[in-house]
Amino acid sequence: MIDLHGYGPRLLEGALVTVELALLSLVLAILLGLVTASAKMSRNWLAHRIGTLYTTTIRGVPDLVLMMLMFFGGQIGINQITDWLYTQFAIDIFINVNEFAAGVITIGLIFGAYMGETFRGAFLAVDSGQIEAGRAYGMNHWLVFRRIRFPQMMRHAIPGLSNNWMVLLKTTALVSVIGLSDMVRIATEASKATREPFTFMIIVAAIYLLIASVSEWGFARLQKRYNVGFTEAD
Amino acid sequence: MAESPIPLEVRNITKRFGDTEVLKGLSLEARKGDVITLIGASGSGKSTFLRCMNLLEQPNEGELIVHGEPIIFKQTRHGREPADWKQVVRIRAKLSMVFQSFNLWAHMTLLENVIEAPVHVLGKPKKAAIEHARALLERVGLAAHADYYPAQMSGGQQQRGAIARALAMDPEVMLFDEPTSALDPELVGDVLKVMRDLAEEGRTMIVVTHEMAFARDVSTQVIYLHQGHVEEAGPPDQVLDNPRSERLKQFLAPKH
Amino acid sequence: MEALTTWLDNQLADNSIFTLQTLGYYGEGLATTVQLVFLSLVIGLVLAVPLAIGRGAKRRWVRLPIFLYCYVFRGTPLLVQLYLIYYGVVFVEGIQDTWLWVILEKPFVPALIAFTLNTAAYTTEIFHGAIKATARGEIEAARAYGMSQWLMMRRIIIPSAFRRALPAYGNEVIFMLHASAIASVVTIMDLTGAARFVYARYYAPFEAFLFVAAIYLCLTFAILYLFRYLEKRLLAHLKPASG
Repeated sequence: MIDLHGYGPRLLEGALVTVELALLSLVLAILLGLVTASAKMSRNWLAHRIGTLYTTTIRGVPDLVLMMLMFFGGQIGINQITDWLYTQFAIDIFINVNEFAAGVITIGLIFGAYMGETFRGAFLAVDSGQIEAGRAYGMNHWLVFRRIRFPQMMRHAIPGLSNNWMVLLKTTALVSVIGLSDMVRIATEASKATREPFTFMIIVAAIYLLIASVSEWGFARLQKRYNVGFTEAD
Repeated sequence: MAESPIPLEVRNITKRFGDTEVLKGLSLEARKGDVITLIGASGSGKSTFLRCMNLLEQPNEGELIVHGEPIIFKQTRHGREPADWKQVVRIRAKLSMVFQSFNLWAHMTLLENVIEAPVHVLGKPKKAAIEHARALLERVGLAAHADYYPAQMSGGQQQRGAIARALAMDPEVMLFDEPTSALDPELVGDVLKVMRDLAEEGRTMIVVTHEMAFARDVSTQVIYLHQGHVEEAGPPDQVLDNPRSERLKQFLAPKH
Repeated sequence: MEALTTWLDNQLADNSIFTLQTLGYYGEGLATTVQLVFLSLVIGLVLAVPLAIGRGAKRRWVRLPIFLYCYVFRGTPLLVQLYLIYYGVVFVEGIQDTWLWVILEKPFVPALIAFTLNTAAYTTEIFHGAIKATARGEIEAARAYGMSQWLMMRRIIIPSAFRRALPAYGNEVIFMLHASAIASVVTIMDLTGAARFVYARYYAPFEAFLFVAAIYLCLTFAILYLFRYLEKRLLAHLKPASG
């Protein structure tokens, strides 16, 4: 049996932080991605520009740099705003950036840009005849989106979605650098304290692989669900 | 007894794509029970004309009056557009379209396809919609295929399913855009049979087609389009059997 | 040169953060980042070609270890791989007494090893995919003309697979540039390391990180355009003829 020097429970807690962080960021990224994809496909000039600016800048800068900007800059930025509110209006509020929330927001913001590209491609892949049939039967924009474009888009989006998720999962490791107690952080602490880096790092690597494998299986099932109707007789 | 309004009137429609004028002032009046067939070579504008009728294409000029209700247009930066999209949505629900490439929604079963618009557009209760849908599928000979997905059916079955989907809307007018052109020859007959039955029961239909036999037997009026204008129009025995225009004669001449 | 320095000095006179000295940090950081990324990409590429061929081998004992290697290195965070190697080497018994320690003591080499192994795994998968996608007809034609397995691989499959892999490999290069930012975590003064240093010294996160973000953005665009140019030249034969 491997001797964890009593770090077992903390490592498990860290794994939980990783999973929670990843899942919440994923939800945020998907929402942002849908908004971004719509903005980039919109006829509105400004929305299109903002969407493009967002996806190109975010995808052109390392995750770690963005994360540091948000973590270190975020608190200062908020402090500046609250200071200004205090001096101008004597409103005294103090907002302390919760590290976990900041992590979710940062990762969500980064992957929203990638999701935006995935969804845009997927929306464009939907056969225009399908949408036209919806319009011809008196569906409004929202109804066409909800009943036809979204479910058909998902079929094309799932490979990209699955890929983004795998990258996102690995990106969560970076929060350990900033001070969040995810499993990488705990493993680093344990490595230094016990002088056994291999034990802890390999366990962490194995947990990542486990999560990745489970996700792969999950996405395969999801793909099957959205593929309904697109494969010849079963 | 009050005269019920004319299902569909189209007056002086023009349509331009860029600099080319594809429809040059076309008019049409579909009274109850009329079956109007639009014929002409490809590029004559017949499909565009049909698509203008339910505003899948926006006509640049002209009027559309559906069941006595004129569609209101406004001028925008992008050209002329309907002023009230709610009106368009309401009107489209009265004109159901059958497409050349069927366009059954691929992620839904046949039954789901048929009840989709009645439930979500017309707000019909689901149970009643299903009941009606089953009866319609029975009529087009697809009762056994209710739970099939479009990809699992032949082209002819898909098109008959699409006709059931159109019927489920209880439309004022049915628009058919070359409904048999994408089908293998041996599958055309079943679809035409369903369309003949519909004509016989007094449905108002506007059909773009290459099937001359169908046009001759079923239509009340045949319109021959050439380069965006009406070259000749009238009852089928006149237009198809005694054409006056040279172009129409050539168009109808048996191909060798 | 001197004129330029005085000019720069004047330009920077009224700001307290971007002095010649801090710009110097960024400059050195840029050099370190470029070296680290370039070296790991080149070595990774050299490793990936035979690995990609082996990944599709008929023999299981060749195929399986390569598959596992790719699976592990693509399925775990680069940061964990870096820690494993960086912290790991210290604890290899007796290593501190050998000549190896001279190079392994500094974080640059462990980081280079981690990055190389990581990019080699991704590149192997990219090439493997490209090799698998070779048109059946081309292989059959090669067989029909009496090419041996090896000759066919060398003359037909690899050249066309390289071209097909180009867009995906371009993404991998950009990915590696961005991933290299974590070198700063093990005290390497790369671009991000320089930004962290400037941040810590002046407590100016926006200036420090936005500036470095802009540099990364420029590098990313440069890579993007380079690959677009390469694709245009090397993939021209796949486009329909014009004129």
